[in-house]
This record gives sequence, C-alpha cells and structure tokens, in this order.
Amino acid sequence: MRLLTHNMLSSNIKGVSNGFPLRIEVGKVVEKQVDFNADFLRNMFPKIEWKAFVDAAKTVGYAELPEEVDSSALESEEFLNKFHHALLELHLEEGALVCPETGRRFPVSKGIPNMLLHEDEV
Amino acid sequence: MWYLCMFFHRLLDYRKAEVESLAQLFLDDKDKWSSLEWRIPLHHHPDSPFHYVNLPSEDAARNIANRSILVKGIYEIWGEGGSYEELEESIRSYPDERKLPYLEPGTTFKITVDSFGKVISFQDQNDRIKGFTYIPFKGQVNLKNPDHKFWVMETDDYGSSNGLPPVEGRRIFFGREVGGADRSLLPTYQLKSRNYLGPTAMDAEIAFLMANQALATPGKLVYDPFVGTGSILVAAAHFGAMTMGADIDIRVVRDGRGPDCNVWSNFKQYGLPMPVGLLRADNNLPPWRSGLKEVFDAIICDPPYGVRAGGRKSGGRKLLKGTVDPYTVPDDKRTDHIPSTGAYSLVECVHDLLDLAARMLIMGGRLVFFYPVLREDDNVENHFPEHPCFKLIATSEQILSSRYSRVLLTMVKISPYTEEIAEAARIKHIDFRENHLKWLEDGNLHSAVFSPDPQLTATGDSKLGKEPKPKYRGKYV
Ligand SMILES: C[S@@+](CC[C@H](N)C(=O)[O-])C[C@H]1O[C@@H](n2cnc3c(N)ncnc32)[C@H](O)[C@@H]1O
Repeated sequence: MRLLTHNMLSSNIKGVSNGFPLRIEVGKVVEKQVDFNADFLRNMFPKIEWKAFVDAAKTVGYAELPEEVDSSALESEEFLNKFHHALLELHLEEGALVCPETGRRFPVSKGIPNMLLHEDEV
Repeated sequence: MWYLCMFFHRLLDYRKAEVESLAQLFLDDKDKWSSLEWRIPLHHHPDSPFHYVNLPSEDAARNIANRSILVKGIYEIWGEGGSYEELEESIRSYPDERKLPYLEPGTTFKITVDSFGKVISFQDQNDRIKGFTYIPFKGQVNLKNPDHKFWVMETDDYGSSNGLPPVEGRRIFFGREVGGADRSLLPTYQLKSRNYLGPTAMDAEIAFLMANQALATPGKLVYDPFVGTGSILVAAAHFGAMTMGADIDIRVVRDGRGPDCNVWSNFKQYGLPMPVGLLRADNNLPPWRSGLKEVFDAIICDPPYGVRAGGRKSGGRKLLKGTVDPYTVPDDKRTDHIPSTGAYSLVECVHDLLDLAARMLIMGGRLVFFYPVLREDDNVENHFPEHPCFKLIATSEQILSSRYSRVLLTMVKISPYTEEIAEAARIKHIDFRENHLKWLEDGNLHSAVFSPDPQLTATGDSKLGKEPKPKYRGKYV
C-alpha cells in the first residue's frame, strides 16, 4: 500500500464519526521505483490531506516533506521529486491500518489493505 | 475534411463510439464539443464497415486511427465510383495539389487491393493495380515499409456473402492511408497467455475498447471497483494511465495463485507499471474518507452480475456457532474472522456504482461499465440507469446469446455531486439495507437475466418468434 492510498482511506465502521487518518502500524516497508509523471502529481496534489500525508511519511521513515505547502510548491522540481517519492514509491507491504476511534486493525498484507468490515460493524 | 473510415467487421456497436471517444483525446478543444459528423457511402448499409467521417485534420485522423482497436484504416479518398471507369474519372478530378505531394520521386509507395464480401484472385488484384497508370506515380514501389500506402477497396456487387443485407450496387474506393489500428496488441495481451486468470477476466479486445471509452492516458487515475484479476486495468495501464482497484474477494485480489500469479504479476508480465493501489473493499460500503471527492479521471468496470460472479456485500447473517442475534463477532474470533457476505442485487450494485462515480470522478470524467439486458426487451434504451450527475453518451451492445446481451455504457460526469444528491443516495442506501429481500425480489434483473429457469431457456428461443437484431449479429459482430 502506498501513501496515496493511505491518504484516501478511512475507517468506515458504523458509528465511527472520524475514521481518518488511519494510524499506520509498520511491519515491513519497501521502496519501489515508479516512473515520474508531473501531470499526475499536479492532479493529485490538491486532493491530498497534507498533514496526514506528512505524518504517514514519517511513520514509514521518510521525513523530507515540508510540514506546510501550497500549490506554488508544484513549480519546484525538488518538491515534486519528494512528493513523488512519498506518494508512490514507499510501500507498506506488511502491517496494519488502525482506526483512530475504535482501535480496530485493518491488516495490510502483500501490500493490500483489507478494508472489509465484520458483520457487526456495518 | 471527410475521410473514409473502414472498420474491422466486428463488434459493430462499438465502432463509432470508439472513434467518437478518441476524438475527445485528439481533437483541439475548439473542435471537440459537438459529436462527429458521419455519412454512409452510396449503397451502403449502417452496419457496413465503410463510413465517411468528418475530421478537422489529418493528424487527428491518424491519432484516432492508430490508437483505435476497431478502425482498420482511415483514408483520404482520392476517388470512388460504381465501376473502374467512374473511379478513374473521380480520381482524375481530385485536385492535383492534394495528390502530387504523395507521388513525388524519392518517395516509396505500395498499392493494396482489398475487398469486402468477396475474394479477389492475385491475378485480378495485379490487373487492377496495373490499371492505375493514369496516376503519375514517380516514387519507388516498396512492399515492406512504404512511405505512402494506397488502397483500392471494393465492395460486393452481388448477394450477401458477408452477412450484411445485399448491396444495391458495387462501390470502389481509392485512397491514401492515414492510419490504422495496431491489432498486434491483441495477440500480445490475449487472455490465453495471461498469467493470472479468473472465470470473468475481461477479453483483451473489449478491455482495450473500455479503456478507450474511458479516455485512459498518461497522468490520469483510473479506478476499477470490481477489479478481479485486473484485466480491465491492464488495458488502461497499457495506455499509460495510473490504475487503482478494489475487490471484495481477498483470494482474488491479494492471493491469486501464488507469488508470481496474481494481479500484480499480470502487470509485470507486460512490463506495465503496477496499480498504484489494490485493496480489499466492498463497493457497497466504500472505505474512502468523507472529504475525498473528484480524484478519479475514469471508473471502468464489469460489475458482479451473473451466475459465475454474482455480487456479494458485507453484512451477511451467517451465524457463527454460539452467538445470538443481534449478530456480534466474538472477540477471540475477530482477528482471522472471515466476514460473511449477503447477496448484492443488480439495482443496488448499480446504485452504489453511480453514487461512487458521481462523488469520486472529476467533472468531465467517465464512467464505463457493462449492463446486462434481455434481448427480447424492445425498449432496452429506456431501462438504462440514470443519475443527475451523468450524461449517457454511448451504448454498445454485445450479444452474448439469443436471449442476453451486455451493453457497454459510457457516461460523462456533467454536474457536481451536491449535498442533496449525497443525501438522497444515503437514504436509498438505508432503504436497500432495510428492504433487502424486497429489492432482491422486485428489482433484481440479475436473477431474471442471468439465472434463467433452465426449462424456460430450452423452449424460450423458439417461442420468441421475433429477431430483435439482424441475423449476422453475434457475439463478435
Ligand atoms: C465480473 S467480475 C470482474 C472481473 C474482472 N473484470 C477481471 O478482470 O477479473 C466481478 C468482481 O466483483 C467482485 N465483487 C463482487 N461483489 C463485490 C462488492 N460488493 N464489492 C467489490 N467487489 C465485488 C467479485 O469478487 C469479482 O471479482
């Protein structure tokens, strides 16, 4: 699971009012190189919850992102490279996403988060 | 300018829709907003492979043809006629300034004779080519890799051996090829040689057509909420899009058949970038954070209708031993608990898909998905799902059997997802939940379409007594 996906997901258990951001429990993180596409990054940038993204990056061991940004940062190649790396190249292979309200763990294995709810959570 | 577009004689309903979609990718903004003009050549039938189409430039024509799957060629027509004499007259009167640049010394060229609905012997083909001495070719013939490809295209002047209704008269076209589909993609991507396959993996040709309807290109994010083995996203990734997929079935989406036979390996096999995200999730209760919207450029999918892969959703009531209603999962069983699922009716599935797409697609983004229909239904068009955020722009039927078809629907998001629309969807969602059984009974076209009573099917066909589509239409045509 990449941080892009993490930034999109929340715990949607019945009764949970704010299931975002999910806390990342790290088992294994791997880096995989991904082709750089500036258009894609520009499209995604405004959709990202920045604080959650920066925190998630730190949790998986990457602390190079600025704490605060606005869209003018997209002009900087250096910023785009960091954004690209954090968004797409860091993978949580094994671990879990934890609901901030209930502590329910959504396991991540083989890079795939299991977001399916139990019968009594829907 | 008018070009002749010759299609492969297959998937008739998909042909123009594909060209119309690709026009959105390759036309300049100023030319884009009305649909294309089409014209059928003299004596031709709407299902004929030959159509004239008006395109603003040769570059647009070439780009569309080269990216397409169903365009055999787009041609600048130098002349046409009902006989070779008429053809000559027509070519002679075509302006020199349009012809001469392609006839110059130092260029290479080739003439090919093609026919639709009959076979022309080599001898006859050669004779026909020799007949074009009145065109002042100054270049060299090169059969392998010519600069300019010229085509003589003849259509039938007798019965209907091509399956189409008999034509009233022969038509011959002479033109210069501008571009054509690269069908070598299809053997490369054919399912037969796909590493990881499931019973409902999407055929490569249809998957490419879906990716074209969805306008998949580099820089875009394409989502499949019913990703299965990923075969639709493979096509989108081939065209350079970033992909993301979800499926309720963890064995399908995560485990596959081992470490080198799973959704990831299907991308690796073709050297394509991996999906940016794969997850296990229920499209009935999507796990997206509440503020998230307008992130996907397209959503493409084959929703779970049907006997082989009927939909499931969270919250079934299969009781574990020792528990009592209201249902709770005992704490000691939580970690490895496999949630049971309930049946997911077609109406609910489509409702969820439209709601998800309305929220998650960017404005102008496309939703492309299959929808099942009963062929005997005359007014199929009236039954397609509707949503205030979407405009239906293409419907392409693929006949699956004498009774059932599936229709590829292409919708464009034309208005934003408002609070009111979200609220109405929420109420409907609860209604589905509370009146689950009622919906399964009343609204479930799925059981009517895909799980027919075997006895009815056995006698049903002969009873139909009417043929809603011409005889030559079938699964691939
Ligand atoms: C028709 S198949 C799609 C196959 C896919 N196009 C492929 O290439 O393999 C439908 C898929 O939807 C999944 N599915 C069924 N119900 C679902 C739900 N509620 N949410 C998400 N996926 C679901 C099934 O597990 C199945 O893989």
